[in-house]
Amino acid sequence: MTAKPKLYYFCGRGRMESIRWLLAAAGVEFEEEFLEKREQYEKLEKDGCLLFGQVPLVEMDGMMLTQTRAILSYLAAKYNLYGKDLKERVRIDMYVDGTLDLMLMIMLAPFKPPKEKEENFALIMKKAKTRYLPAFEKILKDHREDFLVGNKFSWADVQLLEAILMLEELNASVLSDFPLLKAFKTRISNIPTIKKFLQPGSQRKLHPDQHYVDVVRHILQF
Amino acid sequence: MFDEEFLETREQLHKLQKGKHLLFQQVPMVEIDGMKLVQTRSILHYIAEKYHLFGSDLKEKTLIDMYVEGTLDLLEMIITHPFLKPEDQQKEVVSMTQKAVIRYFPVFEKILRDHGQKFLVGNQLSLADVILLQTILALEEKVPNILAAFPHLQEFTVKISNVPTIKKFLEPGSKKKPPPDDVYVRTVYTIFAP
Repeated sequence: MTAKPKLYYFCGRGRMESIRWLLAAAGVEFEEEFLEKREQYEKLEKDGCLLFGQVPLVEMDGMMLTQTRAILSYLAAKYNLYGKDLKERVRIDMYVDGTLDLMLMIMLAPFKPPKEKEENFALIMKKAKTRYLPAFEKILKDHREDFLVGNKFSWADVQLLEAILMLEELNASVLSDFPLLKAFKTRISNIPTIKKFLQPGSQRKLHPDQHYVDVVRHILQF
Repeated sequence: MFDEEFLETREQLHKLQKGKHLLFQQVPMVEIDGMKLVQTRSILHYIAEKYHLFGSDLKEKTLIDMYVEGTLDLLEMIITHPFLKPEDQQKEVVSMTQKAVIRYFPVFEKILRDHGQKFLVGNQLSLADVILLQTILALEEKVPNILAAFPHLQEFTVKISNVPTIKKFLEPGSKKKPPPDDVYVRTVYTIFAP
């Protein structure tokens, strides 16, 4: 019996949340060890588990995987969410990279100094509404298919849904000008594995709060 | 072999954006195999996969991916450096040197020492070797003795530089670009100014 993947991270979203989403979308059960004290992090470093001294860390298939994108690519390939050939894969990669650029802004927002928060929020919304959401609306409009790439559910769909939901937490009407994305959101949310992950009691983490910010600052010492 | 179209004016960028050639309105963009590829990592992965620089199986590929991701974090500091305020630039050189010497170089030094092979992964040239060499050479331009404590990385630098295709690229007259200067910085600001 293969051991379940084990995730090492803070008890919050951060960079690990996309990995949780992809595992959940693939229907893969996973365990988590939450970092709450600096000593836990130092132990992982001392034991040589963290390639560049950083988390996320995912222990699976006899490997200690770090680097978020590398982990996500591995999972996508392993669980057949990476398209059917290289051309589909590069499209998935491009869509995911763009989405992750936007999500990184959202992820870093709680760590900005208070006087920068409002400007930062405005920038996130502007980028979402003028750069990213229009690009994905056009992709869906051009091919009229249910999924972003190859008429099949892929990592790109999971990543985009995660981003849409995070944007809606910041601004509930963010999809008001994007009817195809609204339909996409409903459709992907109803995929059984995703639907399950969206229900209360799943391993999906909550919107970051001050406690989360404090724990991360304490452990990573910044 | 590849062609290049250099952006020198805002009009060129706007033309690309208006013509919907840039998925997220950004460059780099590489037109290849009937596609307009954007997002640096995606482009690198495509090229690596197509030209057999991505290992021989999923595990090797993932290892290469991890090494490349780490190296790109360091390379990112070099790329953004010319755009920092002049008074912050020297501090940043210190910071990137520390990151290189404390976080990244020891890892690659150990990998090379442990397997004793010429290349980082799977005993063949991969994207990981190319990106690491690029980063080392870029850092050496700012801090010439940055590899002083890393004998295996010094050897790696020599060996990878001597791979025939790379050796050719390192010769004068190739498409390798020189370190960023004031003209470059000004051009980028002009094109991307809001």
